[in-house]
Amino acid sequence: MATVPMEHGLILAATLFALGLVGLLSRRNIIFMLMCVEIMLNAAALAFVTGGARWGHADGQIMIIFILTMAAAEVSVGLALILRLYNSLKTMNSDAVSGMRG
Amino acid sequence: MYKTLWLVPALPMLGFLILVFARLTKNQVAMVGVGSVALSTMVAAAIGWSFIASPPVGSTYVQPLWSWVDTGAFQAVMGLRLDSLSLLMILVVTFVGFLIHLYSTEYMAGDPGYARFFAYMNLFMASMLTLVLADNLVFLYIGWEGVGLCSFLLIGFWYSERKNARAAMKAFLITRIGDTAFAVGLFLLYFHFGTLNIQSILDAAPAILPAGSMLAWIAPALLLGGAVGKSAQTPLQTWLPDAMAGPTPVSALIHAATMVTAGVYLIARTHTLFTGAPWVQFAVAVIGAVTLLIAATSALTQRDLKRALAYSTISQIGYMFLALGVGAWSAAMFHFATHAFFKALLFLAAGAIINAAHHEQDMFKMGGLYKKIPFIFWVFFIGAACLAAIPFVTSGFYSKDAILQMVWSSSKGGLILWLCGVVGAFITAVYSFRMVLLVFFGKPQTQTAYRPGPAVKIALGVLAFFSLGFGYIQLPEIIANVQFFSHFLERTLPAFWGSVPNHAVEWALLIFVSLVTIAGVGVAARVYYQEPALPARLLENRYAAAIHNFWEEGWGFDAFYTRFIVNPFLWLVRINSGDVVNVLYWLIEFLSERINILLSHTQTGKTRTYAAVMVGGAVITIGLLVLL
Repeated sequence: MATVPMEHGLILAATLFALGLVGLLSRRNIIFMLMCVEIMLNAAALAFVTGGARWGHADGQIMIIFILTMAAAEVSVGLALILRLYNSLKTMNSDAVSGMRG
Repeated sequence: MYKTLWLVPALPMLGFLILVFARLTKNQVAMVGVGSVALSTMVAAAIGWSFIASPPVGSTYVQPLWSWVDTGAFQAVMGLRLDSLSLLMILVVTFVGFLIHLYSTEYMAGDPGYARFFAYMNLFMASMLTLVLADNLVFLYIGWEGVGLCSFLLIGFWYSERKNARAAMKAFLITRIGDTAFAVGLFLLYFHFGTLNIQSILDAAPAILPAGSMLAWIAPALLLGGAVGKSAQTPLQTWLPDAMAGPTPVSALIHAATMVTAGVYLIARTHTLFTGAPWVQFAVAVIGAVTLLIAATSALTQRDLKRALAYSTISQIGYMFLALGVGAWSAAMFHFATHAFFKALLFLAAGAIINAAHHEQDMFKMGGLYKKIPFIFWVFFIGAACLAAIPFVTSGFYSKDAILQMVWSSSKGGLILWLCGVVGAFITAVYSFRMVLLVFFGKPQTQTAYRPGPAVKIALGVLAFFSLGFGYIQLPEIIANVQFFSHFLERTLPAFWGSVPNHAVEWALLIFVSLVTIAGVGVAARVYYQEPALPARLLENRYAAAIHNFWEEGWGFDAFYTRFIVNPFLWLVRINSGDVVNVLYWLIEFLSERINILLSHTQTGKTRTYAAVMVGGAVITIGLLVLL
């Protein structure tokens, strides 16, 4: 089985992270923002796996499980909040939800 | 017998507690209020009897009560000390106090605050007896403050009138100046002696306070400060005339007979400290001489009967200070005892007079009461005669003569102090009979149906008897060898030591002072009886009127204090009403508010901005970590 060089994996992770970040900052729709956060999480997970493979260590894969668990929890809370938000404000625009500004 | 000593202050305290916590009818209040003091008087009398019949070892009995503070280094054992000085004090205080309580049952009968009055009076008795019986200065100080508190409460007894409340406040604040000096003196004594037990301090004083050292005069000077405040001596005398705002029995008990003489008692009690500091003792004599003249001239010009009596009290305490200052300890205490009787008598009689005159206190608006209330006239006359020191028949004569003789012959006295005393005696005679003549003779100006009841008559009668008779227990050696009083006191206080007695000189002094007194009475009779128009004519003279006003205002002390202490202080209070220190806290509050406004602009409420800022922050942090 041919090994993938570490640099490739890291570059892919960085690209994914950058894509997610740009999406997070440019999208207004709150669902898309949530999805972008998921992409960034997965980019980080990929970086862990790559590192684990490079050093021949199981730690990287263990971290993935943690990240997945956390992501699942985050999504469930996030989606619940989004539902409540839509119910009360009838909008998905994150900029409209600025009632807490100073 | 001596074991019951603690009952003397405890019984009035019990009376106070009952009066405070129990709801009683008027008769019960009188029973408790007077009964507690009566029992206390009986116990004191029984103790006095056994003290004379079979004196305790060393003429001193100490009863330790309890240990208040007991930390290895510091011990404050509360105890009572009975010796001839404190015995004299408790006998006079309980006996005069009892008569005044008895008088009050009738005098205060119509007052809605009947129970409150007796509660305060009982508390006062308990405090005063604690003060005189205490065997250490802390305990004494508790009593000292207790009587001050009761004085405050009773001057402001009719507190709904602003004037009375102000007078109470004034008395409290001015005596506080003296009390502060006293407290500092206590700290100083404790610091150097390691104890506040009075006898230990007196015994150790010559060793710890070497003559001529700084400390030797600072400690008694601070105690003197306390005594001056409490006894209303110059320059802290201004509170006493205003203290007459209280009910008349209060003026008689607290502001004439007992509390105001606490300063005299304190100096006599700590006499060793004063003899170790000749300059301070001289200051005592000078303060006494100055005060007696200032107060006598003020008494001479008052229109208000009670104020005139108040000034005469200040003046008589001045005599006591004069005697203390020349080392005539027993003469000072003798004058204290006779003064307690005749001044209580005068005040109580004045209360009856004021009742008879429909609450008029201006002597010039009374007149002609002689026929209307003959009993009151006679007792007031006896009191005034004692105050004026009419020769040979009154106790006031013997006590004042003893003081003047000793001022003359003491190495610490001298001609000038003696002259002050004699001039004071002359003025005293004039103002005493001025009061009698203005109130009882001349044209009647009021109608009265007042008749004194039995309680008033008994109290006044007994006091009049003692005012006349008490002097015979101590006669000048040249008249008869009756020295009971001074022998009694010399068990505790050092004997008077003056120049070798010379009978011819003593007779000369005695007769001279008697003549001066009679001349004073004669002047009063001429001015206020034979020619009632004379005072008014005198006042037409501009200078005479100016002097009259100056004296009437108490030599301008009040005006001076108002101008230079009270008003500047009030001015400071006004300009500082915003509180300077508060500006600092206001500044802190202002700054944090500004910063808060500044920072709250970053709180846009837009999730994307927050995310962008977070990313920016992360980039900068990681960038710094990588680069550095």
